[in-house]
Amino acid sequence: MNAAVFFQQLINGMSLGSLYALLAIGYTMVYGILRFINFAHSDIFMVGAYSAFFFIVIFRVPWPLAAAFAVCLTALVGVTIDRVAYRPVRDAPRISALITAVGVSSFIENLGLVTVGARPKAFESPQFMSRVFHIGPVTITGVAIWVPIMTFVLLAVMMYVVYRTKIGMAMRSVSTDIEATRLMGVDVDKVISYTFALGSALAAAGGILWACKYPKISPLMGVYPGWKAFTAAVVGGIGSIPGAMIGGFIIGLIEVMTVAISPGLSGYRDGVIFLVLVVFLLVRPTGILGETLKEKV
Amino acid sequence: MPDKFRKTILTVIFIGFLFVVAWLADNYLDEYVMRVVRTGLIYVIAAVGYNLINGIAGQFSLGPNGFMALGGYMVALLMLPVEQKEFVWFLQPLIWPFRVFSLTKPFFPLAVALGGVAGALGALVVGVPSLRLRGDYLAIATFGFSQIIIVLANNLIPVTNGALGIKGIPEYANVYRCLAWAIVTVIITSNLANSSYGRAMKSVRDDEVAAEAMGIPIFRHKLLAFVVSGFFAGVAGGLMASLITTVSPSLFSFSMTFNLLIIIVLGGLGSTTGSAITAFAFTLLSEALRFVESPITIGPIDIPGIAGMRMLVFSLLLVLLMIFYRRGLFGKKELSWDWVVSRFGNSNRQGVGTWPHKTEQS
Amino acid sequence: MASQNGAILALDSVSVSFGGLVAVSDFDFTLGKGELVGLIGPNGAGKTTVFNIITGQYEPVRGKVFFRGRDITGWRPDRVTCAGIARTFQNMRLFEGLTVLDNVLVSRHSKLRSSMLAAALNLPGYVREEQVARTKAMELLDRVGLMDLAYTEAGSLPYGQQRRVEIARALAADPEVLLLDEPAAGMNPEETARLMEFICGVRDEFGLTILLIEHDMKLVMGICERIRVIDYGMSIAEGTPEEIQGNPKVISAYLGEEACEYA
Repeated sequence: MNAAVFFQQLINGMSLGSLYALLAIGYTMVYGILRFINFAHSDIFMVGAYSAFFFIVIFRVPWPLAAAFAVCLTALVGVTIDRVAYRPVRDAPRISALITAVGVSSFIENLGLVTVGARPKAFESPQFMSRVFHIGPVTITGVAIWVPIMTFVLLAVMMYVVYRTKIGMAMRSVSTDIEATRLMGVDVDKVISYTFALGSALAAAGGILWACKYPKISPLMGVYPGWKAFTAAVVGGIGSIPGAMIGGFIIGLIEVMTVAISPGLSGYRDGVIFLVLVVFLLVRPTGILGETLKEKV
Repeated sequence: MPDKFRKTILTVIFIGFLFVVAWLADNYLDEYVMRVVRTGLIYVIAAVGYNLINGIAGQFSLGPNGFMALGGYMVALLMLPVEQKEFVWFLQPLIWPFRVFSLTKPFFPLAVALGGVAGALGALVVGVPSLRLRGDYLAIATFGFSQIIIVLANNLIPVTNGALGIKGIPEYANVYRCLAWAIVTVIITSNLANSSYGRAMKSVRDDEVAAEAMGIPIFRHKLLAFVVSGFFAGVAGGLMASLITTVSPSLFSFSMTFNLLIIIVLGGLGSTTGSAITAFAFTLLSEALRFVESPITIGPIDIPGIAGMRMLVFSLLLVLLMIFYRRGLFGKKELSWDWVVSRFGNSNRQGVGTWPHKTEQS
Repeated sequence: MASQNGAILALDSVSVSFGGLVAVSDFDFTLGKGELVGLIGPNGAGKTTVFNIITGQYEPVRGKVFFRGRDITGWRPDRVTCAGIARTFQNMRLFEGLTVLDNVLVSRHSKLRSSMLAAALNLPGYVREEQVARTKAMELLDRVGLMDLAYTEAGSLPYGQQRRVEIARALAADPEVLLLDEPAAGMNPEETARLMEFICGVRDEFGLTILLIEHDMKLVMGICERIRVIDYGMSIAEGTPEEIQGNPKVISAYLGEEACEYA
């Protein structure tokens, strides 16, 4: 692999990784607060892509506006899922919440199959995304550049919300100690709703950008990105937002580089990520930035 | 104990009755229905095994599809005739021991048992590292391992023939064999669940710290439950391979685990008989609902089949169960002779000396 | 040094800390065979932590634990229990989904010799062992007066009865040393009196050595031969109930410095 190819793959990896990072934040935020894995998050990602698709194709809304509508709509979907399905099992054994999440995920996927069909739809990405740049021997598509840029902007906004606003402070407080926060008079359910909204909005943005990068969308499009983003969250240290970002880039790079280094391994590109997931769970379940939790006897 | 003796007699009679029903069904029902029945029996095996680790030992695994795949491929490799093997692996030859031999029909139960062993070994390899994790983390680790098994099935062409799968497996999984395996699974699992080992597993489920303080090596009991569960998953996968006559990675996808999860939750996590009955009923119901996914013509109107409709309903069912009916149909109770007697027999048999009405207690 | 002359259990300058916070430091303690000793101290003094060190839930950062002269430091809790130390929990950790009888039978599991296969196939050897275990468990339930409730789900019992199940469960492990963590918590005076009688009774009957944590001073002073007082993770006093009652250090630990001045 020469330098040019390496550089190209690096950009591809970063671009893919930034999408995983967007999605990973949703997993990590919900886990940080509720200590459960929101399996349906990968389907929220899909809902985001489809919402944008319908706003563009059916309602002929201009692209930026369609994206904004889609993000808002998806955020609403995320909040609704929490209200309808997760809140009733909040005080149940943790296994119940997990089973519920598996059920919700399957429900959304099959609702997608039933309503829009299994056949992939062609996503219309805007002009500036498909432009091709040549820098010396390196060829880069607009998507590969725009995706990380937009990701960074969104992440900056999100960091601002979490670390500089009142609701962000409430979120961090809830994730530290939910009961104590409740005692301080904070409406915990509201904070959880905001968390779902924010996580889902980022997932929707991720879904839309993903659709720009891989313009065939289908109801099951979220499954594998979802698992990879989840792996990213684990690698970064689940519960940690900066960790999710770092994890996202690591997973993106691992995936791209595996195939780049040895094309014979392309059949294993998903397997490698699952291997990373399993190895991290077994060797360092707290990830790179996570902290250890010791159970009290 | 005369009471125990009576129950054994009742059980033997009941098993005989099941075989008579199977014989009648085999002779009078059409092949399509019998396929569904056999599938149902295989699901009984898989669900009862899955319930052992999830419901009884309380360790949330999301990996039975992977262990079923191990059993399925094992039976395929053992039973596929040698000439068929040459035909299937036309690009790359099959690896050595399987290339040169295949088992004949009388050895089919052995092949299925070896499928179970493959599942159990897989569970051992996955369980030793992952059963140190808890709750969500364990679920994810087992899911990850199962996905790795499926990725390997897709890529290890000299063993699995990749995504194309293996075709032409002899169809030896008739209704009697499926029924026999299902009965063995239910009896062994419920014996185990009611034994001292089962109690130890349940104590781990209820409170790990207390279980350990009462002298239970918790890791070993989790692993025992996981390996036995893996064995039955392997058996189910092996029978499935012979029933469908084909194995491929897509046959053992995560949706298999999802179905099993619905079954054990609906049946009541922790209830062996609940899992068994629900598994069979679920398979029949699922098949009966197939029409909603196929095109229907009513007079001049053509309604196109809607794929995914059944899974949509089942997913909704799972979520609703979790919200409103978490204990499932059977809770942790078992359908046992005591229960039957207390329900339908004369009530004066319930006094001191008779066995309790819940098998959890017996 | 602590593991000598007749001591069945000995802690040799044991320390435990959580994330830099010292919970128990340089704790020395010996328990002679057949003794009935109380471990008291204000809330958060580290009493339960001492139990957790003995039974292997926590591994001490320094120091050693000896049981019958054998170093058991760092043993897993199940090994410690099988060696002969059983315990109850302050916050009662019954197996709530299991019946009272099954709760007790769980403690007999480590004595089982049959393999899992024998149990799954209901082989005669296993059935015999199970029968023996059941008889033994029923005897214990009879001893704590819960025989009638053997087939009730443990989680559905009232508090006082759950405490008794916990003691029966600990006894079923055939311990030589029994650690009771606040056995009288939540009991009314009458129940406490019966409990005191019961504790003394089982000690004599089973030849037990008992260490108990308790806040109910009437119980502690009434039945313990020796009392150890712990505060902020350190031993502050030891002696007979009379000695402890008059010890100014103990009074100040319980009531605070000011109260001591007036005492």
